[in-house]
Amino acid sequence: MALRSSTRWRFRQPSVIPGFGLALGVTLTWLTLIVLIPLSGLIWRSSGLGWSNFMALVLDERTVNALTISFGTAFIAAVVNLFFGVVLAWVLVRYRFPGKRVIDAMVDLPFALPTAVAGIALTALYAPNGWIGSLLEPLGIKIAFTPAGIVVALVFVGLPFVVRTVQPVMEEIDKEVEEAAATLGASRFQTISRVLLPGLLPAGLTGFALAFARGVGEYGSVIFIAGNLPYVSEIAPLLIIIRLEEFNYPAATAIATVMLFLSFIMLLVINSIQAWSRRRYSNGA
Amino acid sequence: MALDTSPAPSASSKLVKAATSETRIARLTLIMVALGFVALFLLLPLATVFIEAFRKGPAEFATALRDPETFSAIRLTLIVAAISVPLNLVFGVAAAWAIAKFEFKGKAFLTTLIDLPFSVSPVISGLVFVLIFGANSALGPFLQKYGIHILFAVPGLVLATVFVTFPFVARELIPLMQEQGTSDEEAALSLGATGWQTFWHVTLPNIKWGLLYGVLLCNARAMGEFGAVSVVSGHIRGQTNTMPLQVEILYNEYNFVAAFAVAAVLALLALVTLVLKTALELRYSDEIAASRRH
Repeated sequence: MALRSSTRWRFRQPSVIPGFGLALGVTLTWLTLIVLIPLSGLIWRSSGLGWSNFMALVLDERTVNALTISFGTAFIAAVVNLFFGVVLAWVLVRYRFPGKRVIDAMVDLPFALPTAVAGIALTALYAPNGWIGSLLEPLGIKIAFTPAGIVVALVFVGLPFVVRTVQPVMEEIDKEVEEAAATLGASRFQTISRVLLPGLLPAGLTGFALAFARGVGEYGSVIFIAGNLPYVSEIAPLLIIIRLEEFNYPAATAIATVMLFLSFIMLLVINSIQAWSRRRYSNGA
Repeated sequence: MALDTSPAPSASSKLVKAATSETRIARLTLIMVALGFVALFLLLPLATVFIEAFRKGPAEFATALRDPETFSAIRLTLIVAAISVPLNLVFGVAAAWAIAKFEFKGKAFLTTLIDLPFSVSPVISGLVFVLIFGANSALGPFLQKYGIHILFAVPGLVLATVFVTFPFVARELIPLMQEQGTSDEEAALSLGATGWQTFWHVTLPNIKWGLLYGVLLCNARAMGEFGAVSVVSGHIRGQTNTMPLQVEILYNEYNFVAAFAVAAVLALLALVTLVLKTALELRYSDEIAASRRH
């Protein structure tokens, strides 16, 4: 059977399980209606703008600033999450301490907590009269209503991504590798930095990319804490909404198309990292 | 406080243990860094929601929730979730059946397409529906002529929510059903069961906890979605405001106690979701997908 199917092209391998047509039909119909038609509608509308018009809208100073702020803050937040996420995953996998179960479960809080709730809570904390904000103000540090506030919100939102991609890979590390490194004379620091961390690199990068991609598009948790000052702390998703409210559909469409294009590139990067990691370490990150 | 920070006792001798674990000081430092980070970024914000909600006492909190506009926001959120989640549940099962039980060309590509909504900004997820159904779209005049309201009404909210929560159930079921293979179903079919009987009596019991897990996450996102819903809602008070949007309105009016009261209800929902999710992971870890990424 395997031989025959390899000599002749067929759309699907024969199977005794029924329902392929129905299941695939439902899937494709729903996917087309909900995802593909709406997204291609966006591309179609933006292609109707014409190239020079489109570029003029995208290269508008306020738009460029908003995109820079979105990508810049998301990048910084992802770097912070990469560092603390790896430490947190390490502590959760390797050590025992009271409340570990609860902390482990709480890592998923940003997935479960609505972004608007996170946004107002972080603002209340980091505003000049908030618990943390009032501690920082005498030091001359302002977090809320500045780009630093955006980073804080994006760190919250992206936190689970690094932990949850690195954690399972860490759990599978074979202790013998560490023992071998130790018997060959490596110090504990050398074992971690030269033996363990390189193995965690693909998972770490995947988590970083996921957190970064999420941060770029994030809206709900950011708008409360950002202050939303044009050219300074205005993120690209907010600018899309502002343009929509001005009924400036071409500008909203153009910004959205650029963001969509960039997130497809990131999706591609994430998939390549995972494919590379599977080839190299034969464990999916 | 006695902190037992020793690594899990897997190493056999003390010597090996010393060579493959960190010094006590290093362990303590790492734990403190991790816990400090969690406290600062997770626990404090969560506590803030409840503290701010009860800042003026439980009576104010209760009054804020009894407001008719807040009440209608709660109702609308429940309606939208009650429509969106079952739709994506049926889709998720169908997609997982096709992808996990069969081998066909373009399967990897189809899986990527299903994941697509996760990599789209919520604002764009709302915008695409404004571009299709808005007043200046191709469909706009037609909808207006027949008085069909999609934007700034429940259908628009449902569409945006379905888009945003699209991958949740499918993503949970596909790896699970791939792991389980097709031998159970083949056995049932060879014993004379029909396709539907096989699905109801063989497949469904195998995937029920995974399915519940996916539905749980899907529902949490459906009820909490803000960006996408914000774009299509039109913010008509008492009519098209979901709970997260009501939080925003109250907050922007400096009605902080009321804003945090609604936020506290949503935070409670998030906590219940986390507890159920953790319980499922602990109790039925074999019966939900091995990869728990979102």
